[in-house]
Amino acid sequence: MKKIKKSTFFIVVALILLFSVSSVLGLDYQYGDNVTTLINGVDDIRLGIDIQGGVDVTFAPSGDFDADEEQLAAATEVIKTRLTSLGINDNEVYSDEDSDRIIVRFPWQAGETDFDPEAAVKELGETAELTFRYGADYEEDPENEGEYLPTGDIILSGADVSQASAGSQQNDKGEYEYVVRLILNESGKAAFGDATTELAGSTTPISIWMDNTMLSAPTVNDAITSGEAIISGSFKTYDDAKKLADQINSGALPFKMETSSFKTISPTMGEGSLDAILLAGLIAFACIAVYMIVLYRLPGVVAVIALIGQITGSVAVVSGWFGFMNSSTLTIPGIAGIILSLGIGVDANIITGERIKEELKAGKSLDAAIKIAYKRAFTAIFDGNLTNVIVAVVLMGAFGVPSSPFSKLLNSTIFCMFGATAEGVVYSFGFTLLAGVIFNFIMGVFAARLMVTSLSKFECFKNRKLYGGDVK
Amino acid sequence: MSKNENTSVNTGKIYDFCSASKRRMMIIIAAIVIVAAVVGAIVRGVNVAIEFKGGTVITYDCAADVDVNKAEGVVKEIVDTSVSIRTGENIETGGKQITVSFTSEEGLTVDRQVELTEALQKAFPEADMVLSDSNDVNPTTGKEFFLKCIVAVLFAAVLIIIYIAIRFKKIGGWSAGLCSVFALLHDLLVAMTASILFGFEFNSNMVAVILTILGYSINNTIVIYDRIRENRQLMPKASLNEIINAGCSQSLTRSIRTSITTIGTMLIVTIVVFISGYKSLLSFSVPLMFGLISGTYSSLFVAPGTWAWWMEKRSAKKKASGKK
Repeated sequence: MKKIKKSTFFIVVALILLFSVSSVLGLDYQYGDNVTTLINGVDDIRLGIDIQGGVDVTFAPSGDFDADEEQLAAATEVIKTRLTSLGINDNEVYSDEDSDRIIVRFPWQAGETDFDPEAAVKELGETAELTFRYGADYEEDPENEGEYLPTGDIILSGADVSQASAGSQQNDKGEYEYVVRLILNESGKAAFGDATTELAGSTTPISIWMDNTMLSAPTVNDAITSGEAIISGSFKTYDDAKKLADQINSGALPFKMETSSFKTISPTMGEGSLDAILLAGLIAFACIAVYMIVLYRLPGVVAVIALIGQITGSVAVVSGWFGFMNSSTLTIPGIAGIILSLGIGVDANIITGERIKEELKAGKSLDAAIKIAYKRAFTAIFDGNLTNVIVAVVLMGAFGVPSSPFSKLLNSTIFCMFGATAEGVVYSFGFTLLAGVIFNFIMGVFAARLMVTSLSKFECFKNRKLYGGDVK
Repeated sequence: MSKNENTSVNTGKIYDFCSASKRRMMIIIAAIVIVAAVVGAIVRGVNVAIEFKGGTVITYDCAADVDVNKAEGVVKEIVDTSVSIRTGENIETGGKQITVSFTSEEGLTVDRQVELTEALQKAFPEADMVLSDSNDVNPTTGKEFFLKCIVAVLFAAVLIIIYIAIRFKKIGGWSAGLCSVFALLHDLLVAMTASILFGFEFNSNMVAVILTILGYSINNTIVIYDRIRENRQLMPKASLNEIINAGCSQSLTRSIRTSITTIGTMLIVTIVVFISGYKSLLSFSVPLMFGLISGTYSSLFVAPGTWAWWMEKRSAKKKASGKK
């Protein structure tokens, strides 16, 4: 490692402090009536239904549709996957075979503004059947005035798509536009190839529909046999395109559903359980801080700073502090993931603190003791943390959104006998554990080492007693 | 504990962790836990939550607030399974509602439903309860979820064994990896037993406990293995039992101190939750606390002990086949 200066300590502490303050408070500015959030703070964390309560929606098949057991099970899976794609990790989905109803519960609090439960509920109940059809013909829906039904023969449906993704491309005018790219499976590839071969050069377009909404109706210039298709022209933003891609990936409901009841419900743990958890966390952290400082003195103080950094890191990934990540829901298993990673973080600091003591007792100089202690402690910390990364990644892969590449790999190999289900509860544990372990490396190993080494350069901190050693 | 004078390593006392007497202790403890789990399961029964088992969800419209704890008591007397009641509001009408969920074997007959409604109406005359909705529901996460969980955990265990086998090649990796997973199973068993004995429901909190122990136990064992690996190089002439004892002894302070922080945290959570009355969190903190205690013990005794045993058996076999 490069020579560490006295000033390093202050730089590291300042960075951790800045990180902590910004991820707790968040950062937003108001322009007129519009509040633009630059950094998500603690307030932006969505709490799980077990902690905060939420809404309870009952869906029933629309009309007189009588779903069989298999269709109901398929519908339940689709709804679960849609919830996880919406970032609602914490959900309960019950189905009742007698009445064909599906009860969905997910967290929401009255007054929440950036999340509209009614829109989310509407989206959940949509069939979301993607179709590619010959021509662009439609007729007026005899039951619902003002709505239209497509009438062209179906070329492709959502079931022929193996993966959908959002992207952008240059259109004829040279402008960039958002599109959804589809990779078709074998049956889709053949059907789309035949249809485009037949229609190439003709004036009959292929229309693309999501349920009863036409997305676009391009004409075909050349036969497309590569098994890829692009939907363009109807997306104003990247999020619009991504939403459609997510919908296609989550699959279509086998039947249309309507909300039959819609109500709020109190948290499983009881109102105010969050305060109890926070209080317990605060007391526990205070105890750990005192304990570490009493046991390890100077390295103990550094450990406490590093732990604050690590907790901040866990909070930041959940709240979506990092621009590239969305905020996700914090649930009891998610909190368990944070606790576990913190336990491992404390452990890393204790291992190192013990090592410094040992090396000092063995008669090494302060500089040498710190250097050797961090080096020797690192192998244990590295192996312990990496096995937890393995656990976290397997859980995230097995229970995450099925369309992510890693989930695909796992679901098509080890978990091939199971349906590709998303279980948000297990996923959120893996997510916070993985994030916690990564921050343990950054804070507990790297930053702590910088701070201790830098502090040991100060004359006033050269006393071996401050590191738990005997006075020489 | 007997002191071993033969080792040349400088730091502190060396205690015994893997002699025959310690192995006996290990087997006795494991046997006690298994017996406790079986007896507990028979006597107290295992309660499985509605999300895993399915049951009945009934919604009532109410004119006034309802004391949730009292209502739970009323429902519990009739259905005799674990009951959860949540309050809420109808979003369209704004009227107060309560949602009663409980596990049931074959749904709820019309008679029982009427009985339940009447009991609630009698207990809360001022609330003027009216049945709004009743559904017999399937589990949200059924058997397939459990199977998938088991396969996921097994898969993670296999990867961990492979990882340990590679990283700890110098001290006979594969056997060490298998023993670490064995210690993990021991800890999971302890946590489950605690949950059964305290009569907690098997719900998603328990899933969180199992996953947390999975990570904690393996981390604990690896820290000890790391020390053994280091000792193999520092003490090339020592026997396997000697380096295991030295490694465990050197890690003892760290093991105890780390455990004090983790177990202490769960103790604080348990106390705060108990005092403030959010008892549903106890089914998370209490089994986890027992799992953590077991994790500390198993990383010092079960993993190194079974591993020493294994290596002994293997070298004895080698000798025997060598003589032939």
